[in-house]
Amino acid sequence: MNVLNSIKLATVAVAIAVGASFPASADEQYFPLQSYRVGPYAAGGTGFFGGFIDYLNLINIRDGGVNGVKLTWSECETQYEVERGVECYERQKTGKNVAAFNPLSLGIQIALLERSRTDKIPIITIDHGQTATSDGRVFPYLFPLLMNPPSETSAIITYIGQREGGAEKLKGKKIVVLYHGSPYGKETIPIFELLSKKYGFELQQIEVPHPGNDQQAQWLTIRRAKPDYVVLRGWGVMNPVAIKSAQKVGFPVDHLIGNVWSNSEEDVIPAGEAAKGYISLITQPSGTEFPVVQQVVDKVYGAGKGNLEDKKRIGSVYHNLGIVNGILNVEAIRIAQDKFGHRALSSEEVQWGFEHLRLDEKRIAELGAVGLLQSINVTCADHEGEGSVKFQQWDGKKWSVISDWVKPDRVLLRPIIEAAAEKYAIENDIKPRVCTE
Amino acid sequence: MSALVEQAQLVKTSWLTPSRAGIALLFVAAYGIVPFTASGYLLDAILTPFLALALAAVGLNVLTGYAGQVSLGSAAFMAVGAYAAYNFNLRIPELPLLFSLVLAGVVAAAVGLVFGLPSLRLRGFYLAVSTLAAQFFVQWALTKFAWFSNDNPSGVIDAPPLSIAGALLTGAPGRYVFCLTIVVVATFLTVRLLGSQSGRNFIAVRDHEVAAKVIGVPVLRTKLLAFGVSSFLVGIAGVLWAFAYLRTVEPDGFNLDRSFQILFIIIIGGLASIRGSFLGAAFIVVFPLLLSRVGEALLGNVFDSGVLEMSQRIVIGGLIIVFLIAEPKGLVALVDRLEEQVSRHAGRLKRRFI
Repeated sequence: MNVLNSIKLATVAVAIAVGASFPASADEQYFPLQSYRVGPYAAGGTGFFGGFIDYLNLINIRDGGVNGVKLTWSECETQYEVERGVECYERQKTGKNVAAFNPLSLGIQIALLERSRTDKIPIITIDHGQTATSDGRVFPYLFPLLMNPPSETSAIITYIGQREGGAEKLKGKKIVVLYHGSPYGKETIPIFELLSKKYGFELQQIEVPHPGNDQQAQWLTIRRAKPDYVVLRGWGVMNPVAIKSAQKVGFPVDHLIGNVWSNSEEDVIPAGEAAKGYISLITQPSGTEFPVVQQVVDKVYGAGKGNLEDKKRIGSVYHNLGIVNGILNVEAIRIAQDKFGHRALSSEEVQWGFEHLRLDEKRIAELGAVGLLQSINVTCADHEGEGSVKFQQWDGKKWSVISDWVKPDRVLLRPIIEAAAEKYAIENDIKPRVCTE
Repeated sequence: MSALVEQAQLVKTSWLTPSRAGIALLFVAAYGIVPFTASGYLLDAILTPFLALALAAVGLNVLTGYAGQVSLGSAAFMAVGAYAAYNFNLRIPELPLLFSLVLAGVVAAAVGLVFGLPSLRLRGFYLAVSTLAAQFFVQWALTKFAWFSNDNPSGVIDAPPLSIAGALLTGAPGRYVFCLTIVVVATFLTVRLLGSQSGRNFIAVRDHEVAAKVIGVPVLRTKLLAFGVSSFLVGIAGVLWAFAYLRTVEPDGFNLDRSFQILFIIIIGGLASIRGSFLGAAFIVVFPLLLSRVGEALLGNVFDSGVLEMSQRIVIGGLIIVFLIAEPKGLVALVDRLEEQVSRHAGRLKRRFI
């Protein structure tokens, strides 16, 4: 009879689960969050989604929503695993008034490539995403906002060139790329090769298998290769291990340049003293001095609604990235509302908003985000939006910005993006849209 | 012997046994009701992965449950199947999808045979460890040689849309019926195989290898056949997993965790039981989702998703332990007992009223 009892219990559980409704009602815009607070990449997940939720909360508390439309969200744990991300997507897309998905995982984004097209839901991959998806003609629903992997790569090489005293000085230099053994890590292999040919530097790319907590072999190879610079294209635990291993083999840490996912406090603090002098790329500086971050502290954390458990992480790199992501999502909704009316929008209408997401320095000042991001200009064809980046250095306690805004060489990169997108279009029988602007 | 005769008579006297009626009912529901009534979420996020993993479990059960050879390389054979189907599809575009599917199974079987060779010398844990080689080698090869992923820089490929005889299966019901049909056909053929002389050879080798050899069972051939058939089924499951469920293929998704997952499915479901494979897959796929939804609905406002996720893991782990202590033979034994109880009740009621 035990069995029958457990069946009864299960039936009740199913009834509850099925009855569980999504939070959005008629005048609410719903953000399905595929977050990860568990697993090897939890530091990134909690910081980013914490910042994102904090900003959505700020809009609700300070302004009562976007033009009166309240923002709602629910979280679904992916653990950065593709399979769970797909399940979360299928679960959450049935919610009412879905705005956009922000998976923060290249693997999940790839799995959603075709689904976003059939479901007409925007997928936002800030600072990452597949190279080809920047081409809005083929991928109307994908937005690798601010900076896609080719732009990032180009910005790093440009910065190294600046440090050496001009791009022509790159000739004959030796650069090693240490990359994470995941789709994200491998995405830039051909871009580095292209840049190496263009600038004439010697290039060696070395993979670190996921999750990357042992890199002895890789760093011995690096010691033998004696490169001038090592570009760290890491993620999660791989970063502090790389910094410590660099110190062990005697590689100067200020010639170790981290990419956009190797740039957080969580990457350098565990490395301790070894990280002093480490340089990395950012699209948004850390710090709490920006007015919008101040408002998050006052209005959201002040009301006890802050998402970060550890208040010391407010204004950290991931937290600020989450806030910037919140700004971009909310502004896209605002822009779409100006066209379609001040009401909860369908995901297709939100897509229009993202495609016309133009924030100049004036608007960014109004948002209280001067210095946090420079500008963005998304168009029908360009879904990245011409973002720019800065470089920062760790002094053992905090990051300090050491460069001005650096622009990637997009003229060089655009043909690669278009070629990749057109290849995809042919393989999948897609007729690219014609963008008139 | 007498039991066998009795069974034979039973089959002769009534063709429609309760279990056959149950299966027929299940068929009607699976084909006639589910595709038309179920939501996209149920079809795409629950039933499709359930079917793919169930088929993989059937494959592993042939090898481990029936033939007694432990393997930790199932995910590798899934990966071989998925990548082979992708490459057949890409490089020979005029090949229909069903052909690439079968060919992918054949390639997986061939790889399985190679990695099955150590089983001729090794047994038990030692064999399990040697199948790990398949797991690591396949994943390494698929990441190392960009050819397998058509030189895609990130090493991830998009699965092509499913189509049968020119008809495109884009909707969730189409994908579900595609999976269901493949799984049904493959399972049916497996059941036939297990009922044949080869199937009995599997069991003989599992129960006592020396004795099997003495009575003339070709041990070598039997073991390799088990590896081949098992990898074939697992390979096809890999194609379904990649093409119908995830619709993307990346080597990382076929890691050791997936191999363990399939092994747990057959242990929890019941070794040497086809039904057990399906029950185990249902448990492993559906139960965590159910728990996560219940958790979200009841406590979503109190705890963040990370805490919920952690507590779910504890609950599932605890349940598996409790459950295996209560019923070491797996879910299938539990269901059998339940059926027995029901039929006993039914019999009592019948006697009372008639």
